[in-house]
Amino acid sequence: MATNFFPSNADMLKFLPETVLTLAGTLLLLVEGFKKERDSRTGVAMFTLLAIVAAMGASVVAYQNPGLAFSNMVISDGFAAFFRVVAYVVGIFTVLCSMNYLEREKAHTGEFYILLLFSLAGQGIMASANELMMVFIGLEVSSIASYILAGYLRDDKRSNESSLKYFLLGSFATAFLLYGVAWIYGMTGSTNLGEIRTALSSGAPSSIMVPAAAALILVGFAFKISAAPFQAWAPDVYQGAPAPVAGFLSAGPKAAAFAIFLRVFLTAFDPLAAKFAPVLWMMALATMIVGNFAALWQNNIKRMLGYSSIAHAGYVLVAVTTHSTMGTAAAMFYLAAYALMNYGAFAIVTHVAGDGEKHVTVDDLKGLSQRQPAVAALLTIFMLSLIGVPLTAGFFGKFYIFKAAIEGKFVWLTALGLLNSAVAAYYYLRVLVVMYMHEPETTEHPEEIPGGVKLTMWVTAAATLVLGIFPGIVLDLANQFAVLGK
Amino acid sequence: MDLVLFLTFAIIAVVCGLSMALQRHPVASALSLIGVMVSLAVLYVLLGAEFIAAAQLVVYSGAIMVLFIFVIMLLNAGAEKTTHKAGLAHFMGIPLLLLLLAVSTWVITKSTLAGKMVKFGAFSGGGPREVGWELFTRYVLPFEVTSILILIAIAGAVRLADRELD
Repeated sequence: MATNFFPSNADMLKFLPETVLTLAGTLLLLVEGFKKERDSRTGVAMFTLLAIVAAMGASVVAYQNPGLAFSNMVISDGFAAFFRVVAYVVGIFTVLCSMNYLEREKAHTGEFYILLLFSLAGQGIMASANELMMVFIGLEVSSIASYILAGYLRDDKRSNESSLKYFLLGSFATAFLLYGVAWIYGMTGSTNLGEIRTALSSGAPSSIMVPAAAALILVGFAFKISAAPFQAWAPDVYQGAPAPVAGFLSAGPKAAAFAIFLRVFLTAFDPLAAKFAPVLWMMALATMIVGNFAALWQNNIKRMLGYSSIAHAGYVLVAVTTHSTMGTAAAMFYLAAYALMNYGAFAIVTHVAGDGEKHVTVDDLKGLSQRQPAVAALLTIFMLSLIGVPLTAGFFGKFYIFKAAIEGKFVWLTALGLLNSAVAAYYYLRVLVVMYMHEPETTEHPEEIPGGVKLTMWVTAAATLVLGIFPGIVLDLANQFAVLGK
Repeated sequence: MDLVLFLTFAIIAVVCGLSMALQRHPVASALSLIGVMVSLAVLYVLLGAEFIAAAQLVVYSGAIMVLFIFVIMLLNAGAEKTTHKAGLAHFMGIPLLLLLLAVSTWVITKSTLAGKMVKFGAFSGGGPREVGWELFTRYVLPFEVTSILILIAIAGAVRLADRELD
């Protein structure tokens, strides 16, 4: 048998972004071996930025070569390209904020960038997976790299706790996912999303095992997006992880997890949609309530943002619940907007926290408007956007989600979601009150803002405002890409 | 026959699994885990997946278990309890081991020379050739992407287990 084992060029083009990132990561792994501990890592960081930008270009190339590749393992479409770019943008911000942070915390080694590149490759795989095996591997590549990144400050107990907790609970959740995949294979004889859909809609395996298997897979995804009742890890992990990594976790891997959640439940499990609507409905509501109410009591900013990220996952779940193209587009827009505003907030926390992340409580922000007016103003933009005030990206994000929910006849869920947003306003506004209405307690001269953090802060703030005034820039793309191949 | 074998080993697997979770001594748990893995290997043979069954025995019951035992030893499993009940093992151990080796050598040479395949169960298509073919054609992408996981493990281990910077 003369079979050509080399993948075709067309296949390679559809998988180009991941190839670029993996090659760059492997190259850095080789270079790192020759570096001494105290050598400068600026070149490594710059190379990482370059690689991510190249991967972004590669995702456009992949988008221009749509279709299935590698025996239907992955699919290249606009949906995949959208989430790839969201994850890569978050990756760029992470590199920018981490350079000086790692220098400050005396943990500046090349493995950080290597793990980041591999994690982004994993998120790309998640965004483009068309097979439950690829879903699983992509999820693991992204997650295992994230576990290590969360514990990157090896001598910091909080960082160790964060990493260990994330690892143990994450592995447990993945076991559920894998078990569900095994059941689905047993029921339908396939792990391919398209074939599963065909098998399920023909109605052949009608046993209770099919929804049960889908529920097991749902548990795995719900953990990754920190949806209630699988959200308990998020605040602990975000609090302990290094601030730039916490920002990364809350935006990049979460968006990718939503991507795969949407793809699996809109294609493979589409015939089960009616059965899962009440489950998703309750999950969305519980996630919003748990996130928002727990955030009210937090004094640690990173922990508060952790709970806030749970609440935002709840809003996106409202969009997922609608099970419509409009809902999918709303979820995509929201995740992009959330990635920008939340990373901006974490960039500011990275700076304000100071050496050893000592200043991470809300009280530490007292009088920030007098000490560092620009930083306070930018943080105000992010907080208002997280509340969902008009003229910010967060407003249109919530607007489209609730619009999709009302069109989908989820009136009660919309009403309860809006009430939740009102509750959320309290803890975001508290930050503003502390910054603007309290006298500063410290007379320390504020540290100078490192270039990378400064750039991230201004770019995310500008993007938050631009999306708040011209949401069409991203929304048109989201609408165009939300139609998943069936 | 298949059903009997399946039920027997499925029950052994479940019992060993429970025992693994319930045992107080970590080494006893590890031994129960071997029971689970060996019974799973039998189930794979019943499914016609000879190669996977062999890999299961070599990789899981062999290599992975040794790793587990190492970790248990490193984490200080606590003092071993001796019961002095196994008197027979004292003087019969080595002769019995030799007998086992002799019998298995005889069986292996005999069956290899006969050149016949032993086949259980109603399934087939799980030999090394078929598995290898699938792995390098249809499933080549997941297979290759898994290697990224190993690179991550290397980078992570270097970072988390390296010496202190100062």
